[in-house]
Amino acid sequence: MPQFWMEDFAPQMVWLVISFIALYLLMARVALPRVADVLETRHGRIADDLDQAAQLKSQAETVIAEYEAALAEARGKAQSTIAQAGLEAAAAAEKRNGEVAEALAAEAAAAAARIDAAKTEALAELRDVAVELAQAAAERLIGAEVARAEVDAAVDAAIQDNTAGSR
Amino acid sequence: MTVDRHIEHSSPMHQFVIGRLSDWQLGGLDISFSKAAAFMFGAVIVATLFLVLTTSRRAMVPGRWQSVAELWYEFIADMIKETIGSEGRKYFPFVFSLFSFIVMCNLLGMLPYSYTVTSHIAVTIMLALSVFLLTTFIGITRHGMHFLSFFVPKGVPLAMLFLVVPIEVLSYFMRPISHSVRLFANMTAGHTMLKVFGSFVVQMGVFGVLPFALIVALTGLEVAIAVLQAYVFTILTCLYLNDAIHLEH
Repeated sequence: MPQFWMEDFAPQMVWLVISFIALYLLMARVALPRVADVLETRHGRIADDLDQAAQLKSQAETVIAEYEAALAEARGKAQSTIAQAGLEAAAAAEKRNGEVAEALAAEAAAAAARIDAAKTEALAELRDVAVELAQAAAERLIGAEVARAEVDAAVDAAIQDNTAGSR
Repeated sequence: MTVDRHIEHSSPMHQFVIGRLSDWQLGGLDISFSKAAAFMFGAVIVATLFLVLTTSRRAMVPGRWQSVAELWYEFIADMIKETIGSEGRKYFPFVFSLFSFIVMCNLLGMLPYSYTVTSHIAVTIMLALSVFLLTTFIGITRHGMHFLSFFVPKGVPLAMLFLVVPIEVLSYFMRPISHSVRLFANMTAGHTMLKVFGSFVVQMGVFGVLPFALIVALTGLEVAIAVLQAYVFTILTCLYLNDAIHLEH
């Protein structure tokens, strides 16, 4: 076997050392940095993109949080405005109710007073008519003049009796 | 060097003759250039050109060839990461060169009329010895005398240590032998077999189609073995480096 020809060992080993050192230097100095550079650039680019995406996401989340806070604030404000408006409306309604009730009461009192006055007047007129009627009737019956005072007293007594009787 | 060697051209062993192309001496050292040396440089040139040319566009989205270069790089990087860890980064160029050299020599040897550098024990023992010396050097410089504890497995009864320690020492020093013989034997056996079946094709006339069909299948197998053996040599290198760095069994 040529593999065991000892005289061939030295030249193979010498050229192996030379070629392997050459390969090592070429790999370490030239080829591997190139490939590493390509891979790192790509990984760096991917990492950058991921970073950017994360940043955008956090920005979006901030905006959403701000929007929700604003929305909640607006809702609260609207709620309090509605409540206040309700209170104001209730107060105004009560006030008007009071005024109307007062006006109505005053009108009713005035009307009652007018009715009383009218009633009193009517009664007084009615008595006068009764007195005159009674005086005329008595003069016709007896043919003599009857004193006005006597008639007045008789009518009053009759009204008194009547009123007491009807009671 | 004038040892008269003769080997028939038809012999399956003829392909392993290193094929001297010059007769150079340097202070008594035979540095003759040969087919073997030419194929070593061929491996160096092919590996370097492949990696440089495929990454010349530095594409963000890699093309087919650039993907091969990146895969090749990450294959070794991941192997080191998994077997050694982050301390292995320092040895990445060495391990990468070792793998590239062996896989290129093996694959160039698969070309018809070519020569397989790694079918020689002289080559594989040099590679294995460089790994052995490197790992031993790393072990001693990192751990000093504590490195010797590598030969004393934990949890072994004292009485057994008299038996276990010599075995551990022996197996440690056998590493470069098994490391180199595995590659050399695989390459030699594969190429010898191909040549033997090749001569059958010629000798059997019409019936030569049978060994020819077998050769086609065996060539596919040999390509797989060429890559697999380079992988095995490299992963063993990583494991030995891990032993030296972490002193673990």
